[in-house]
Amino acid sequence: MAEALLTTEGLRKEFGGLVAVDSVDFSVPEGSIVSLIGPNGAGKTTFFNMLTGVYKPTAGRVIFAGEDLTGKPPHAFTQRGVGRTFQNIRLFQNMTALENVLVGMHVRLKGNLAEALLHTPRVRREEHDARARAHELLEFSGLRRRDKVIGRNLSYGDQRRLEVARALATEPKLLLLDEPTAGMNPQETLEFTDFVSRLRAESKLTVLLIEHDMRVVMGISDRVTVLDYGEKIAEGTPQEIQTNDRVIEAYLGTAAVSS
Amino acid sequence: MRRRIAERVSAAWWAALTRAGLSPARWQALPRLRRRAVKSVLWVAVGLVLVAAFGTWKASALAVAAVVILLVVPPYQKLMVGRFPLGKWIVPAAAIAIVISYPYYLNSMPQVPIFGPFPMLSTMVAMMIFSMMALGLNFVVGYAGLLDLGYVAFYAMGAYMAGWFASDQFSKQHLDLGAVGQTAGAIGFHFSLWLVLPMAGIATAIVGVIIGLPTLRLRGDYLAIVTLGFGEIMPQVANNGNSLFGFNLTNGPEGITPIDSPGFGGWLHQHLHLPANYVTVGNYDAVFLWTTLALVILTVFCSVRLRDSRLGRAWIAIREDEVAAAAMGIPLMRTKTWAYATGAFFGGVAGALYASYKSGAFPNDFFFQISVFILCMVILGGMGNIWGVIFGACFLSYLDREGLSNVGAWMNGHLGTHVNVPLYEFGIYGAIIVIVMLFRPEGLIPSSRRAAELHEGVHDDPLYDAETV
Repeated sequence: MAEALLTTEGLRKEFGGLVAVDSVDFSVPEGSIVSLIGPNGAGKTTFFNMLTGVYKPTAGRVIFAGEDLTGKPPHAFTQRGVGRTFQNIRLFQNMTALENVLVGMHVRLKGNLAEALLHTPRVRREEHDARARAHELLEFSGLRRRDKVIGRNLSYGDQRRLEVARALATEPKLLLLDEPTAGMNPQETLEFTDFVSRLRAESKLTVLLIEHDMRVVMGISDRVTVLDYGEKIAEGTPQEIQTNDRVIEAYLGTAAVSS
Repeated sequence: MRRRIAERVSAAWWAALTRAGLSPARWQALPRLRRRAVKSVLWVAVGLVLVAAFGTWKASALAVAAVVILLVVPPYQKLMVGRFPLGKWIVPAAAIAIVISYPYYLNSMPQVPIFGPFPMLSTMVAMMIFSMMALGLNFVVGYAGLLDLGYVAFYAMGAYMAGWFASDQFSKQHLDLGAVGQTAGAIGFHFSLWLVLPMAGIATAIVGVIIGLPTLRLRGDYLAIVTLGFGEIMPQVANNGNSLFGFNLTNGPEGITPIDSPGFGGWLHQHLHLPANYVTVGNYDAVFLWTTLALVILTVFCSVRLRDSRLGRAWIAIREDEVAAAAMGIPLMRTKTWAYATGAFFGGVAGALYASYKSGAFPNDFFFQISVFILCMVILGGMGNIWGVIFGACFLSYLDREGLSNVGAWMNGHLGTHVNVPLYEFGIYGAIIVIVMLFRPEGLIPSSRRAAELHEGVHDDPLYDAETV
């Protein structure tokens, strides 16, 4: 197995008396696509939020690319190369698609206040390049003609795609997708699966996704981790997971296995 | 209800026009430019009729109308000379020219109905200074979306910076750095005001950071409450600062006065004909108007540049969605603090200049109402829109200085009442804000983005509104 890009050690989160995530040891090998599945309320999104710094873990550590990032603010995670999307789309609704992507580039640009005021050649070049790059990303995500449309006027599928484009703009090493195909029709889901595979092939990205659609999970994942009541109950290749008794009992049900 | 009234009025209007031979379809078929021209001419005509009916008729009213039409009607935006977008600059340049030449034609301006004469020069100066403050607050409220109810603290800080470094306040010191109009051996710090202005800006920005660091962790309402507290602390310190551990920092309720006025000194006066000392040139208000105008232009310049920069995008992103902004790698605290510091900077510069203009910094000028007053300007004009904010600032500070008393006088004269209108000043502002919030929550000249935000989710009348059933 390739070296782990992201590792958690005994990661735990309590909300008051409720243990949402209970001592999870977990790792994402570099260059792989890993899925996180589990029933509703299993703590998947809480786990995700700890991996991106939105929540501070109650106990345990998050190690990314060899660096302990536990307790760091979200922008520090993004800075190191963790990009994410949200379960409920959180675009900047009143900014255009292009501006959304430009905001995503924030950590990779350097222009400061004084340079912005003086419009130094360096910052002008940087802005110019950033716009060109943003257009590339939009094109890559299939939003070429949507660059001037404001976020909330995009169709649902386009909003999902724009969220990914925006996450890609942060130049992540690890991309976290929180239920990316939720609400998509089968055709859109298929396109999206292709898109994620293409991402990995073209930009050597490591992907971690939360997903409910078993065809997506089994189709593109190298490894699958299953959470239930905040605990990791299984981990392995899609085939192993499909035949794991505990997983079938907790989540998949017999129908999913036979399909 | 409002929509229904508007619909009914417009239906009646079109019915009348159709009878006169102009159906909506025919009107829509006209070229856009012609429609715009007709509309503008119509409004100017209405204005002129009002002037003729209530005011003193002067030929200059026609000149004003002509200028308005020339500025509003033609589609300047599209005018290009080669690759240079000349059109974009025509309206701002004309507006600047109108303000610069204001002292020369003020006396030949007509009386406006109800509002009376055009604003005096001193009022114009106040309008410019408040524009600058409102633009400063716009960085915080309009761009970064942080509600600041204590902006007066920055104004006060700027004013007291001028008080400390351009007056006799610190009597044990003798330091003269380019100040004009000083007698030999004057006591206290006397820095040239051109030095004091940036000093005041920077000192105020530092105060902004100090206030911001503990408070900006809070969100929404909590932030507003804490800023409110800081806005109250500042005037109290100013009021009681005449014996701070035995040291007279602010001279207490009497305030610091007189404060030096700006000037360029003898050498620049001789070579460039710049005023050597604003007090002695004779047209004190006019030179101040030009100075403040220059600073407003500088503020607008900074607003535009920052809005379109990486930092400005980060501010707007934070306003739209803090969690997503953080996930995009925007450091929330630092970015918000930058907004605070930038806003504070311009508040400080404006405060210092205003103190110099009034030749004094008095604690009574820095009470809570001023914070609300400046916030009202931003809200009335349109949060986030530079031109809207300037308009709001000019309009409200005009009402404050002259407008309300003029309107009151007109009302008492024509209706036979005896109401002291300026007494109800803040009640009237409150009413204006309530009306604006009800009917046009995005402000009079909104930024397109802000307008969208405020109407988001209000696509239709609320469900519980029984009236629409």
